[in-house]
Formats: sequence, C-alpha cells, structure tokens
Amino acid sequence: MAMREKIEQAAARYPDQRSAIMPALLIAQREHGHLPGPVLEEVADILGVERIWVYELATFYTLFHTEPVGKFHLQLCDNVSCMLRRSEDLLTHLENVLGIKKGGTTGDGLFTLSTVECLGACEMAPVMQVGDDYHGNLDIERIDALLARLRAMVPHAAGADLAAVEPPGE
Amino acid sequence: MYEPVLLKNVNVQDGHLLSTYEAGGGYRGLHKALKEHTPDEIIDLVKRSNLRGRGGAGFPTGMKWSFVPKRADKPKYLCCNADEGEPGTFKDRIVMERDPHQLVEGMAISAYAIGAEVAYVYIRGEYVLAIRRLEQAIAEAKAKGYLGTGILGSDFNFVVHVHCGAGAYICGEETAMLDSLEGKRAQPRLKPPFPAVAGLYASPTVINNVETLVCVPHIVARGPDWFRGIGPEKSPGPKLYCVSGQVRMPGLYELPMGIPLRELVEDHAGGPPAGRKIKAVIPGGVSAPVIPEPGLDVGMDFDSLAAAGTMLGSAGVIVVDDTTCMVKVATRIIEFFHHESCGKCTPCREGLNWVVKVLRRIEAGEGAPGDMEQLDMLCKGIFGNTFCALGDGAAMGLRASLAHFREEFVAHIEERKCPFH
Ligand SMILES: Cc1cc2nc3c(=O)[nH]c(=O)nc-3n(C[C@H](O)[C@H](O)[C@H](O)COP(=O)(O)O)c2cc1C
Ligand code: SF4
Ligand code: FES
Repeated sequence: MAMREKIEQAAARYPDQRSAIMPALLIAQREHGHLPGPVLEEVADILGVERIWVYELATFYTLFHTEPVGKFHLQLCDNVSCMLRRSEDLLTHLENVLGIKKGGTTGDGLFTLSTVECLGACEMAPVMQVGDDYHGNLDIERIDALLARLRAMVPHAAGADLAAVEPPGE
Repeated sequence: MYEPVLLKNVNVQDGHLLSTYEAGGGYRGLHKALKEHTPDEIIDLVKRSNLRGRGGAGFPTGMKWSFVPKRADKPKYLCCNADEGEPGTFKDRIVMERDPHQLVEGMAISAYAIGAEVAYVYIRGEYVLAIRRLEQAIAEAKAKGYLGTGILGSDFNFVVHVHCGAGAYICGEETAMLDSLEGKRAQPRLKPPFPAVAGLYASPTVINNVETLVCVPHIVARGPDWFRGIGPEKSPGPKLYCVSGQVRMPGLYELPMGIPLRELVEDHAGGPPAGRKIKAVIPGGVSAPVIPEPGLDVGMDFDSLAAAGTMLGSAGVIVVDDTTCMVKVATRIIEFFHHESCGKCTPCREGLNWVVKVLRRIEAGEGAPGDMEQLDMLCKGIFGNTFCALGDGAAMGLRASLAHFREEFVAHIEERKCPFH
C-alpha cells in the first residue's frame, strides 16, 4: 500500500483529521526512516491540516526523528531498573566496539546508539530496543552476538530491510 | 495459595489467540453483561466490587463511570490508558502481549456500561508486539461478533481503535492523553471540566488503565462479592505487581491487593542477590517515595501505602540493594522527570532543571555546603505548585530520598566523592 493510502486509512478512525497526525507520522517514518521537512509537509497535505501542527508533533515526541538515524537504531534503556542491573557497562562497551559516542552513528551508517527512558520491560533489565524488537537480560556476550546478527542481516536484506517490515497500526 | 485470575493465560501456549481465551471461559462476562444486565446494573456491580483504578491514583471505577451524563447529545468515548511510561512498570505490556482478548472483553463491557460506541487504546509506540497482538485480537473479536454492530444479538455497537503514542511519558496523564489523541502536543488540561463530562473532542469520556479494564469481565462473571473477598475491604481485588531491580527473580506477580511488601520481595521475588541486603524499595514506580528496608512490612494497597507516606502508584516495585548509591538513584529519577516534563508550568520545568544540576554535582563529588538546604528549598517550591502530578511525584520522591538517606548525600558533599565508587 502506498503511504498516502495507509495514512488515509488510519485517518478514517477519527472524527477529526488532526488526530491522525501522529499515526500518519509513524507511517511516514516507517516509509522514509526519518522525517525531513518535505515529508512533514506531505503528511500535512494528505491530511489537509496546518503544517505547523505537524511540525509541532514531530518535534515534541521522542520517537520521531527529523534527522537520519542508522539502519539499526540501538536504544539502550538506562532508567533505574536497567541502571541497577548495570546498563552503564553495556553503554561503555557499545561505545567501544562501535567506535562512537552515545548519540552518534557509525561511519557506515549501520548503527546509531542512543539511551532511552524506561522501555516498560524492566523484568528483563537491562533492555535494548532495536527496530521493533526488545532484547532483554543483556550482558556483554549477548550484545556482541546481537551486533553480529544485525551485521549479518545487511547483505541479505538489500536496501529496503527494516522499512519493509509491515508496520503495526495498519 | 492464591490462584491467578488476571495472569491465568499469560504463560499458556498461544494465550493471545481467541480460541485459547474462549476455551478458558473468555467472553462469558460479555455474554452475561449483554443478556442479563442493563448498563446501570454493570456500573452498580463495579461499584459494589470496590474496584479502584489500577493506573496510579486508585479512583473508584464505578463512581468514575457514574459521572458520565446519561443523556448527552454528543457521542461518548472510552479510552484505555496503555501508555505505561512509569519506570519500573510493565504489567500492561505483558497482559496485552499475552492475553489481549481479556482487555478487548473488558473494554466491550465497560463501553456498554457507560454507553460508548467508540474506544481508543492509547498504547505506547515502543510496544510493537503488544500493538500487533492487540490488533490481531480486535480483528478476531470483530469476526466473531464480539465487536461491531449488534454485538451478540443485542443492540449494542462498539468499535475499538488502536492509537500509538510516540514516546512521551506525560501522555499517561489522562488529560494530556486526550490532547495527544486530538493531535496536539501532550500537555495536561485544567480540570474541571473533568473528562467524564468534557473529554475527548469535548465529549463525555472515561479513561481507564489496562489492568482496571481487565478486572471488569471477572467482576461480571464471578460477581462483586468474589472480588471484594480478596485483599482489604477498601481496596480489594487481584493485583499485578511488577518487581524489578536488584532482586533474584524479577517479574510480574499476581497476588491479592494488600500483600506485605516484604513477602512480595523476599518470598515471591527471591530477595536480593546472594551476599547482599535490601537497602530500600520503591513500591509504585519512580513517582512513589522510597521505603527504607525496615519499612517493608507494609501492605501493598492504596491506603496502607498512603499511611506509610508513599503510594501504590503503578505497583512498579523497584528493589535496591546495599551496594547501590542512593544519590545516584535519586539523580537518575529526577533526570527522568526533568526529561519528561512537558514544559507547561515553571516549577516543574525550571525547578527540576535546577534540582538535576545540584544532584549531579553532589554525585560527582563536587557538592557545595548549602546544597542540602537548596534541595530542601527546591522540593518545597515544586511540591504543591505544579500543574499536574508529574512535578509533585518528582518532588515527593526526592523529599523521601533526602529524608531517609540524608547521610549518603552529606557524605558525598563532605568526602568530595561518591563513597560507593
Ligand atoms: C505524569 C503521569 C503519568 C501517568 N501515567 C499513567 C500511565 O502510564 N498509565 C495509566 O494507566 N495511568 C497513568 N497515569 C494516571 C492517569 O492520569 C489516570 O489516573 C488513569 O489512567 C486513570 O485510570 P484508572 O482509573 O483505571 O486508574 C499517569 C498520571 C500522571 C500524572
Ligand atoms: S507539572 Fe510538569 S509535566 Fe505537569 S504540567 Fe507542569 S510542566 Fe507539564
Ligand atoms: S528501566 Fe529499563 S526497561 Fe524499565
């Protein structure tokens, strides 16, 4: 389904098109990886709402990225329950093996590393979200194995990979 | 031995499918509600059960429903609060991932009671698996006639839509959630008017937590006396406790409301790792004031915890052992609230920014004389002066850390380093 169609379908659930901005941005971000200005404007046009309303939301909510992120966005939780189970050590390890600091993206565009607030999976702390998936009970060995798996996915997935996974909410 | 009701299906193979749910007696509550009860009778059953909201504040659910005007010229809405952003909390996620039909049934009965035909589940966008499972459950329920028009041969029509959040804790606050659903930046609204009268699109709206809604089918199927027979009279029922942190068996536990915190942490969750001692426990997510170890003999229910100066909140129980620096814990908690402040009011937006700076320098061994007084002053300036409960929660939590673990803060300042590393 084309992005426009998906957005129109999502918008049909609301009596007011403004309510559809957030779902539309989630759809657009799936499609484009991030939300540059022209995409925000396209969303506003499809929904027939003020552009400023779309900009407002794209900058308020942390799941929206107006700047590009790597193919795999590693989002490590460092909130209390994860901190108590040493997520800090994992951050240091990730920074070392990827050669980037928190917030950075590797030169090959493969990995972006961030820390995030509680992922709501504290029973398996420390936890990291990568794309749609949660990875819990992490330690350094598991992180290394995960990175190896992610790297191995790239040649097979040829281009589209993550964005091609069917998004939720549609 | 307490027999789990709410978590009955979560460890069952294919517990998320309609067939499993029906095989275990699922949707019997909905049948019963539509065939044997008027909407007012359902409200009455829920009132008699003494069910109190599981989202944090513990407001009586039946009473909340009865505030919805019977006659309204606007459509009524039901909103399910599945934003679950309180650190330490993961109960709603597990229910939605592994037994989503329980929520669908609970919403259908609740919507029937209040006269809503449309509901939105506001679910945090990170919960991709829960979102998929819930959507699958909604589709299955629709195909089977549990949702849609003329449900089970009655004249009740009802649809459920899933609305994904995008990573803002404040969306869990019910009026901010409504603004977010309307496509605005999530900021809390002034009350009154209360959502029951003017909520989503200025229509009468009920907002309930996932766990609250999930209790409803059981109350209808088994009766309010069954529910009231579990736990304390004033806040009864089965309860989901999330246990995490420095404990041997972190996980989700279903036990009666009112179970002693010590029993939950030491017996059910296995106590602290070998060779360590519990230092403190946060009983209800990071908004809840911390309890030092000697205070663990408190009942896990709204009133007992309030009497002990803390709260049940989201029942996100975080265990801290004696190897951990309480200044570090307090700093991380305030950093969270500072990050998530919506920015609407000054005491929260500016006050927390200031608190973070002071705490960070104390933890780094760069605290100055007078910092403790400054923190006390800031707590006083924030508490009671913020627009919503986020700022209050932050200040209450910090105040408890300062009161119970003052010597750790002072040691950081005097020794000019963190004594723990
Ligand atoms: C800052 C803040 C965050 C909140 N987050 C949640 C949440 O994630 N989930 C929830 O159900 N309630 C949350 N609440 C409480 C809701 O405002 C509301 O009381 C609750 O959803 C009502 O449902 P209940 O009566 O079933 O408990 C939050 C409140 C505040 C002030
Ligand atoms: S207390 Fe904080 S989160 Fe609540 S309205 Fe004020 S700034 Fe926003
Ligand atoms: S604190 Fe990390 S998932 Fe909750």
